[in-house]
Amino acid sequence: MLHNLWLIPFFPLLGSLINGLWRRHLSETSVAAIACSSVALSFLCSLISFVALFSLPPAGRSVEVVVYQWVTSGEFQAAMGFLLDPLSAIMILVVTGVGLLIHVYSIGYMHDDEGFQRYFAYLNLFVFSMLILVLGNNFLLMFLGWEGVGLCSYLLIGFWFTRQAAVEAGKKAFIVNRVGDFGFILGVFLIFAAFGSLQFGEVFGRAAQQLVPGGAVVTAITLLLFLGATGKSAQIPLYVWLPDAMEGPTPVSALIHAATMVTAGVYMVARCSVLYLMAPAAMVVVLVIGLLTALMAASIALVQTDIKRILAYSTISQLGYMFVACGVGAFTAGIFHLVTHAFFKALLFLGAGSVMHALDGEQDIRRMGGLKDHLPITYMTFLIASLAIAGVFPLAGFFSKDEILWAALTEGNFLVWLIAAITAVMTSFYMFRLVFLVFHRQPSARDGVSHHPHEAPSAMRVPLMILAGFSVVAGFIGIPIIEGANLIRPYLEPVFTRYPLPPETFGHTLHRPGLELVMLLISLALAIGGILLAMYLYLIDTTLPERLSARFHRAYRVLLGKFYVDELYGRCVVEPVRRASDWLWAEVDVGIVDGTVNQAGAFVRQDSAWLSRIQSGFVRNYALSIFLGAVVVIGYLIVR
Amino acid sequence: METLLFWLLAVVALIAAGSMIIQRNPVHSALFLIMTLLSLAGLFLLLSAYFLAVIQIIVYAGAIMVLFLFVIMLLDIRRVEAAPSRVKLQKSLGILLGVVFLLETLLVLRSGVITDGAAAAATPLPEDFGTAVALGRVLFTSYFFPLQLAAVLLFVALIGAIVLSKRRW
Amino acid sequence: MVPIANYLVLSAMLFLIGVIGVLVRRSALIIFMSIELMLNAVNLSFVAFARLWNAADGHMFVMFIFTVAAAEAAVGLAIVIALFRQKDSVDVDDVNLMKG
Repeated sequence: MLHNLWLIPFFPLLGSLINGLWRRHLSETSVAAIACSSVALSFLCSLISFVALFSLPPAGRSVEVVVYQWVTSGEFQAAMGFLLDPLSAIMILVVTGVGLLIHVYSIGYMHDDEGFQRYFAYLNLFVFSMLILVLGNNFLLMFLGWEGVGLCSYLLIGFWFTRQAAVEAGKKAFIVNRVGDFGFILGVFLIFAAFGSLQFGEVFGRAAQQLVPGGAVVTAITLLLFLGATGKSAQIPLYVWLPDAMEGPTPVSALIHAATMVTAGVYMVARCSVLYLMAPAAMVVVLVIGLLTALMAASIALVQTDIKRILAYSTISQLGYMFVACGVGAFTAGIFHLVTHAFFKALLFLGAGSVMHALDGEQDIRRMGGLKDHLPITYMTFLIASLAIAGVFPLAGFFSKDEILWAALTEGNFLVWLIAAITAVMTSFYMFRLVFLVFHRQPSARDGVSHHPHEAPSAMRVPLMILAGFSVVAGFIGIPIIEGANLIRPYLEPVFTRYPLPPETFGHTLHRPGLELVMLLISLALAIGGILLAMYLYLIDTTLPERLSARFHRAYRVLLGKFYVDELYGRCVVEPVRRASDWLWAEVDVGIVDGTVNQAGAFVRQDSAWLSRIQSGFVRNYALSIFLGAVVVIGYLIVR
Repeated sequence: METLLFWLLAVVALIAAGSMIIQRNPVHSALFLIMTLLSLAGLFLLLSAYFLAVIQIIVYAGAIMVLFLFVIMLLDIRRVEAAPSRVKLQKSLGILLGVVFLLETLLVLRSGVITDGAAAAATPLPEDFGTAVALGRVLFTSYFFPLQLAAVLLFVALIGAIVLSKRRW
Repeated sequence: MVPIANYLVLSAMLFLIGVIGVLVRRSALIIFMSIELMLNAVNLSFVAFARLWNAADGHMFVMFIFTVAAAEAAVGLAIVIALFRQKDSVDVDDVNLMKG
């Protein structure tokens, strides 16, 4: 299997091509079968590869398979090659596993949608691109996957393209991502300029010798790459597309905007850990941005009323956590959180989809309530996911979030921990606000809830349950404190220590079990505290939220308006660009370009009008001109 | 003697040609052209082209010009060109160019390019120069292929003339 | 012995007269006759050269020019007849549909 790594991205590509090209001839069942089986096969291959990797010694778990030489142009070579090591093995399992569950879920969710076939073609294409991104062994291939997921994101956000809002959201996602990609590709150029190669092995292997630690080049490279990550993973300043991306179908939000595409930035930073560890300034930037984003997004989520938007801001916030981990050098913790987050965030989105499906597309949580009894499975799984994300023992989120908080305290400093902790409280608060408002609270007449909710079909229920199962057990791969119980860290560590680092880079985690236990309990307390606060505000003293928002109405409005960032961008960036484009269109395109072409045409027309007078129609004139020509030629010959 | 004949024939030819292009009546023009042709036949004789002189008279003056006359009579043309020419400047420019052309030709002749070369290559004239025998000898050997082509050409012209002048298909 | 140059000058002048006839006259028939005149002038020139260089090739040329002139006259006159039937005039200025 290890030599046939190419099969892993191949299956979804094949599925996408078949569904895409023959979509008018295939029935819904065939399309679903093709799409799901292709991802299932890919998952199977990933599983086999994952297991096969264990047969290699920990230090040697890095398999590169080059399929063919893609580019050979002078000194620049890039291969279509795949790299399997613990990091990419985990990523492909997450991508194909969660992807498979979401494909199955989509069969139920997108049933009877007239774009059913197109949807699955795009979804398969997305899985293909994401797999290329995480499996590639060089920056060019990674960039290919990077762009591919961006494209699929655009296609899927704007899937219902007859809706203006969806179209706008798709464009916004693509354009904002483009800004990030610009930074990414500049980073790649710099890498090539510095190393003459884009292959991971060569770049990371030679980084310690060729680059000055903390110097301008490596800092520039890492910052530029991170700019791409802020776009793809929705951090400040390029996060604005993610909330709008909720216009797309909910399974898309689950897969792309929770579990996989947005994690590409984290993956990239982890993959380039060597470079980041050599650029402390960039690490600080990563840390600060991750922290600020986590805090800001969580605060916005406190007051939002659209179920999907709350989850979107939650995603942004959790991604911030992952970057905090990477920023302090705890890449393992970041990836651990990436994995657990994939499970419970996907589950949350799918659960939201189930709720919306039950209520015929209602998304405003103020109009929901009391669904606990009507949608039992959805409620149970949603509750599990919420507990996980809040970080309640023994669910998955508890372990991964605690890793990050511990790393923040020990590798970072107290302030970092404090902000992260505050964000954790906010996280559990807004999640349980959501749970209580949607499932528990008995709706009053004035909320206008008048639906007859029904539980989701089995195609949608089963993935929910599977994901809930993972949300429960996934945390156990990273048990802290107990010596030797943390499985994921020794698994991933070789990836980050594989390449030589200059001596003065980061050291590693202290082992102080006492302090760690205390911090553990504090994290748990924070989580439960948030839940209790939400319970008080939304189940017990239900008028309190309104009174609070009236009392602090200015702060409330800022939060509700998402800090007015979109408006700021609109005024400072979008409007000037639009006006410049209009000016360019009027002056340059119409005036100069069109003008020149028209002028040429007019010129030709005028001249030909004048010249056509030679064609007088009189034969004798023609004879005269022939004779004239003859005379001239003879004269010329004579003169010579 | 030869000189006298030359000058006589030359003058007649020129005057006849000039008259030809001036005449209003096409029949008169044709007759003047015949006169020119006959003078030219005489000039051919002076240049020892005996066969050609006779052919000129028989074919050109005798057949082609008769054809012309037939057509002129057939068409019953009134006096044309009563209306002034619609194209100004054609006449003056034409004459001007013609004169320029003549000057060019005279210039060439003056420079002696032609006659110089000839004087060097002068060989005595063969006995039967210009007779039918001599012509035939060359025509049916070196110029055999052009002869066939000329035959085809005449054939095509024959067909063409018939087709073009049919009144109804 | 008349110098050949005389013949050539005469030929040139006849040719010139023919050209002027073609350019100035409007009747198709006169133009045709002028063309015949031009051909004859050239014939004269050829014969003169044949005499000068003692080559029968000049006579050959003249033979072929006769042939071509005959063919051309036949076809050309057929065209004139056809034209006359259309327009009832042999004025070449009436043949101006190719204007512009």
